[in-house]
Amino acid sequence: MGFMDKLKNRFKKNTETEEVSEKYKEGMKKTRNSFSSKLNDLMARYRKVDEDFFEELEEVLITADVGVMTVMDLIEELKMEVKRQNIKDTKEVKDVISEKLVEIYYGDDEEQVESLNIQEKELTVILVVGVNGVGKTTSIGKLANQLKQKGKRVVLAAGDTFRAGAIEQLEVWGERAGVDVVKQSSGSDPAAVIFDGIKAAKSRNADVLLCDTAGRLQNKVNLMNELSKVKRVIEREVPGAPHEVLLVLDATTGQNALSQAKTFSEAADVTGIVLTKLDGTAKGGIVLAIRHELNLPVKFVGLGEQINDLQEFDAEAFVYGLFADMLEEE
Amino acid sequence: MAFEGLADRLQSTIKKITGKGKVSEQDVKEMTREVRLALLEADVNFKVVKDLINRIKERAVGQEVMESLTPGQQVIKVVKEELTDLMGGEQSKIAVSDRPPTVIMMVGLQGAGKTTTTGKLANLLRKKYNRSPLLVACDVYRPAAIKQLETLGEQLDMPVFSLGTEVSPIDIAKQAIDKAKNEHHDYVIIDTAGRLHVDTDLMDELQQIKSTVVPDEIFLVVDSMTGQDAVNVAESFNEQLDISGVVLTKLDGDTRGGAALSIKAVTGKPIKFAGMGEKLDQLEAFHPERMASRILGMGDVLSLIEKAQTSVNEKQAKELEEKMRTMSFTFDDFLEQMGQVRKMGPLDELISMLPGANKMKGLKNAQIDEKQIVHVEAIIQSMTKKERQDPSLMNASRKKRIAKGSGTNVSQVNRLLKQFDDMKKMMKQMTNMQKGKKGKGMKFPFM
Repeated sequence: MGFMDKLKNRFKKNTETEEVSEKYKEGMKKTRNSFSSKLNDLMARYRKVDEDFFEELEEVLITADVGVMTVMDLIEELKMEVKRQNIKDTKEVKDVISEKLVEIYYGDDEEQVESLNIQEKELTVILVVGVNGVGKTTSIGKLANQLKQKGKRVVLAAGDTFRAGAIEQLEVWGERAGVDVVKQSSGSDPAAVIFDGIKAAKSRNADVLLCDTAGRLQNKVNLMNELSKVKRVIEREVPGAPHEVLLVLDATTGQNALSQAKTFSEAADVTGIVLTKLDGTAKGGIVLAIRHELNLPVKFVGLGEQINDLQEFDAEAFVYGLFADMLEEE
Repeated sequence: MAFEGLADRLQSTIKKITGKGKVSEQDVKEMTREVRLALLEADVNFKVVKDLINRIKERAVGQEVMESLTPGQQVIKVVKEELTDLMGGEQSKIAVSDRPPTVIMMVGLQGAGKTTTTGKLANLLRKKYNRSPLLVACDVYRPAAIKQLETLGEQLDMPVFSLGTEVSPIDIAKQAIDKAKNEHHDYVIIDTAGRLHVDTDLMDELQQIKSTVVPDEIFLVVDSMTGQDAVNVAESFNEQLDISGVVLTKLDGDTRGGAALSIKAVTGKPIKFAGMGEKLDQLEAFHPERMASRILGMGDVLSLIEKAQTSVNEKQAKELEEKMRTMSFTFDDFLEQMGQVRKMGPLDELISMLPGANKMKGLKNAQIDEKQIVHVEAIIQSMTKKERQDPSLMNASRKKRIAKGSGTNVSQVNRLLKQFDDMKKMMKQMTNMQKGKKGKGMKFPFM
């Protein structure tokens, strides 16, 4: 049974996954259309698997914002695989491509790390970081709602004390999700706000504390130091915390996303990625690059502006989304 | 990191050609492959890259290897010229309407920085052109977006027009224009909600605002970190709204900003401004040539020079040169020097503008501790006038006193004295060389 059949079956069998995959398909319609139509173009144009074919394939992947290095590696591996299996027809290579993409994502890691590390009996602290304008506050709002619906008591800490209107924005999300927001006035020390948040979460017996932070460009040393300080405060106040440090990335971001992931990891030990704005035409290929080059898993993807538009990431569904049109045509 | 400047990338290929009389087709092919990768890594759209590479190939093949330039440099020169041409000349002018108010509309994706740029633009209009803008909050969708603009308005002490989130943005825009006319504002800047270019409803809304207020400028605000998708975004917004210019934001980050090239190539519309920081005065005119260097990973020497020019005045520079020549450079001068360098901006920012800075040993990821500089300043300030003029006066008890006064310790004082001495020696060498080659290993005491 080919890889694609396995995928297909997987989605047919499991209704719950089907729902997920529907959402993926809906949210990623644009992505899918452009990416897979390009692949189809490619297959139609080239009968033979040769150098020109690989060059074109390289372009398709680069256009999807898959990192340049990752693409180079992938092409190398594909060439080897094609040689090994003696594939001559471009149609057959399709299977190999998607298989490799999933493989690149998972690497040697068998472990599934997509789900959040939520503590059972004690307070879970989640720190949310990222550059400006990626959707940190929005993602927190959506995440709070999701956790609340799962029966968790959630508190939000308004750690973005810098940007105008940021605290108010988080408060609106708090109202929508029906959770408390701990805040201080604009301009106050973010570490102090987080400290208050921890105290409040403890006294209110909360299950999860979501900490918002101000957007910062990763090359601003002072601001990155500030972030390390916030993290230290959390470490000191709650042993074992933060349980998750989520880096929010904008799917439209290009190669700089790698630099973001690297630098934020250095400053705050990022444990996972939230990939936002995947409902546009952005290809989200950066996910593969980040996993491949930095071994950071994507935990959530943002697929729209509604409060429910945050989905747990599923690499296979992601790849399925990219190739769905092709599968259905067969 | 995977990012390398074009110059570094070309090194190995260049080695092969040096000494050859002409650049062969094969050489060009190899080099253009490197150019292609460099541009792709900088997020230039692959279609744009393709066109460029073809043009570069045409220009480069068969060219004689000039004596003054290495083949590699020649290729870089050709590439840079092509990039600069593509991005066009500097155009940071803002339209002025015959019948005020002049209306500017800000559009773009979510999180690009429209609201912040609205504030910055208003600040620029007032400061540079002495205008009185009215800010209009038309983002009725994102939570607290109106509040954000109002806060910026407060910070700038400028009026913000808003009608809450229940009124349609089209009505808000319309009423804002009436208000501006009544209250004699000569500019109206309309901040709209971020939207995806594929969201037909919201794009329709922008078209309606456009036909209602007939703006003189429509600025597309684009995050400079945008990847390959920049082309789709710019194309859609331009097709549907016929934008008049682009503002590139977050350029103070470490992105190479290839999106700039893609946007220009696709829309043909000028990139007018660049957002260079979170503060409201950090909106600068866009410089195509510097952007070309940046995309190629060649550093931003011009910006550095400009920064130096604005913060160091000529007279002071002359005096300093005289002092260096006559070896009468004292700690007082040193303090002043440091002050001037710091006026230019944070040191790591300055260093990042130097070409190849991240390749240089010791400078790679240099995290310059601004606190160190404060220490150095404190030590010098704890010296007596005489000591500052003549460091040879120093003895153990003086050093102890200085250490105490500056809250440092004697070894730190010693280190500074030694470095100062070294620096003086180096200056002597430098001036002897008659401003020849720059001294190698020149180090500031705080690095």
